[in-house]
Amino acid sequence: MPLIRNFPFFCIMLSMICGVSSAMLPGKLARKVTVLLSAVVASLNIALLVHLVAAGENYHYLMGHFPAPWGNELRAGPLEALLCALFSIVLMLSTLGGMEKLKLQIDPNKENTVCVMLDLVLAGTLSMLYTNDLFTGYVFIEIMTLASCALIMCRQNGRTMVSAMRYMIMSLLGSGMTLMGIMLTYTLTGHLLIENIREAVTALYASGEYRTPLTVTIGLFFVGLGIKSALFPFHTWLADAYGYSTPAASAVLSSIVSKAYILLLMKIFVRMIGMDVVRGLHLNDLFFAFGVIAMVMGSLSAIHSHDLRRMVAYSSVAQIGYIYAGMGLGIEAGFIAALYHVMVHSAAKSSLFISSSVLADASGGSKRFSDLRGAGKRSPVAGVCFTVSAMSLVGVPVLGGFISKLVFSEAAFGYGGVHMWVMLLALAVSTLLNVLYLMKTVITLYRPAREGSTLAAEKPAASAVCAMLGFVVLNVLLGVLSQPILEIITNGFQLFL
Amino acid sequence: MKKNESFWQQLIKLDEVSRENPLDEQLMASAADEPESVLREKSPFDFAFAEIQQEEKREELYIAERLQATHLHAWVDRKGKKWGRMAYNFTCVLFCIALIVFLMSTVLRLPPLGAAENPTNNEVARRYLEKGLEETGAVNMVAGMILDYRAFDTFGESTVLFVAACSVLLLLKLGDHKSGEVTPAMREAEWDDRHHEPKNDAILQLAAKLLVPVILLFGMYIVLAGHLGPGGGFSGGAVMGAGLILYLNAFGFEKTGRFFTYKTFRWVTFIALMTYALLKSYSFFCGANHLKSGIPLGTPGAILSSGLILPLNICVGLIVMCTMYVFYTLFRKGGM
Repeated sequence: MPLIRNFPFFCIMLSMICGVSSAMLPGKLARKVTVLLSAVVASLNIALLVHLVAAGENYHYLMGHFPAPWGNELRAGPLEALLCALFSIVLMLSTLGGMEKLKLQIDPNKENTVCVMLDLVLAGTLSMLYTNDLFTGYVFIEIMTLASCALIMCRQNGRTMVSAMRYMIMSLLGSGMTLMGIMLTYTLTGHLLIENIREAVTALYASGEYRTPLTVTIGLFFVGLGIKSALFPFHTWLADAYGYSTPAASAVLSSIVSKAYILLLMKIFVRMIGMDVVRGLHLNDLFFAFGVIAMVMGSLSAIHSHDLRRMVAYSSVAQIGYIYAGMGLGIEAGFIAALYHVMVHSAAKSSLFISSSVLADASGGSKRFSDLRGAGKRSPVAGVCFTVSAMSLVGVPVLGGFISKLVFSEAAFGYGGVHMWVMLLALAVSTLLNVLYLMKTVITLYRPAREGSTLAAEKPAASAVCAMLGFVVLNVLLGVLSQPILEIITNGFQLFL
Repeated sequence: MKKNESFWQQLIKLDEVSRENPLDEQLMASAADEPESVLREKSPFDFAFAEIQQEEKREELYIAERLQATHLHAWVDRKGKKWGRMAYNFTCVLFCIALIVFLMSTVLRLPPLGAAENPTNNEVARRYLEKGLEETGAVNMVAGMILDYRAFDTFGESTVLFVAACSVLLLLKLGDHKSGEVTPAMREAEWDDRHHEPKNDAILQLAAKLLVPVILLFGMYIVLAGHLGPGGGFSGGAVMGAGLILYLNAFGFEKTGRFFTYKTFRWVTFIALMTYALLKSYSFFCGANHLKSGIPLGTPGAILSSGLILPLNICVGLIVMCTMYVFYTLFRKGGM
């Protein structure tokens, strides 16, 4: 086996080792380790991506001396490598951008612990994407749950404590449901390896035995991971958790953690249960309905909020709705659109969080819209970063959001029928609502400041400027390079099946 | 016209109320009235909740001002909220009952427990049972499964414990571990601890003197013989941790501080997890690339057998012990 095929394993082990060692390092060094680690992981994954795209195949990687149904196994393909590379780049930029705030907001003795959590979030994301074993997925769900809870509460003020508690309760409910789903799956099929479960489930479905437990299992996975990824009716923990924690944590949680759960869910549905079974039981319509409702309701909540960070947080609900609605179409084009939107949203949302914290700093620490007037002029880089990523989410051509809306509509046309009309209508309404709240914010940022305002132009830290410029480049690249990226996703998804 | 009047009256009343006692001042005044002792006993969560309540009230007031433009909202304020809450509670109870019935009926439809033709009795379990001893060298099949066949999952589980310990540290640890400076919060926690926990209890000390050595020895036995019989790192570590906690309760922090400090915890956990990671990385790498790892399996049944399982069990045992002990000290007084 060529050395390059060991990279997924190297990345996972490296991030876990770095996470464990960060507990022993001083805070400053631990932060550097996190940034460096994510850069290394990103480059390793890009190398793997190039290799796998050239080879046009995916492969299985034994974790130990025993073949798969007995031992653990990883599975890597172009799609997984692409997503891992993107997530590690986003983690690097978010950590870099939130570094200054991390220094200010967190007890210097505990800074290294925050870096432990960031490293382990990376390890968890990588493992969830690369694993080929359902139970390994669950182990890393646990790690991610605890780590993200710690990330929310690491800035210790009243609101983050309470929101961390709420997140803990909701998230553990989600984990519990997922675990029940895994147990039912094991009882029905006797396997934990994804391919073997697929075989057994297909046979079960064809024979018509155990129809109710099978349906309940799928439902448990859906609700469990839906709670964890903040799907609409289960999103109540989200606004506080993202709105008040330290900016690096909000960025990582919204753009990496929730996406990892969505991708695990996608793996469960597409590879483990099979879309034929899901479509046969009409459960993809459930996905679709929840997604469409989330697209509209999330935007409405965002319009309603009068705090910048909370607005950005609520807009996540709408964007996650897009992803679920795309998956709910249950056809390949829908999944490809959902995957592309995962990438676009991951890049745009983290940059919104980082830039909005810089903008709030330039407005005397206030996140209210009335105080943010003129913030774009006081802190030009943050203003540009916010505008570009907001435009990407709204769907201005050239940027990623436009392309993703385009592929969503194409997928809807491919499906036809009522679904097409509902999807197109929801897309139209949601885009309008997006314009309403995101463009309103952009305009607010460039309005002249209130009379008598004494706020002066403020220079953010060099690391934050680098991160924000990086985010701008990332967002633009995702739009400009949409053709090759979509091609990789399409080919990768064929191999993913 | 009359309806409008009532609305305007309400609005005026609301305005007066908010002008008479602005919420912030009200809260500040009540805080100032409280004697200092009461203030000290308030936990950070009390302040958190007060802060949130205050903000919620402010928000409510804001919404009330903005939305009282129609009769519907006035009605919602008077009756609707109460009815809404009742309906909500009722629906919650109904929903929970429905969920319980639903899940129970699912469980009843599962394959019968222990039947020979169940899907769980397949080639996976068969190989574990038939070839496990030969392939892992462990007499205890469970140890062979969790630490050899599926060692990656177990590494994840040990990391879960580590993350949990780190999260609790982040939340509860008081003071600076480097400078060793005593902060007011630490002094207060120390005072609380003296107040609430028994000190020099003769019965407890005698019992601990007799029991702790036995408990610790038994825990070590469970860890070390994990590959030979029932036991292993998770259970043995829990036993050892319980022994340490008993010792701490009987003799206090001064005695345990001689051999187990925060620094010990950090180093032991770090070394144990690193050993696990490096040993298993080597074995995974060899396995994936089809190389011979050269780790001898030994004679099944001997204490030095079954390859990496014994060292891994020791690592897991140390992690579990440290995590349990640290949880206890942190919940008790936020440090050691």
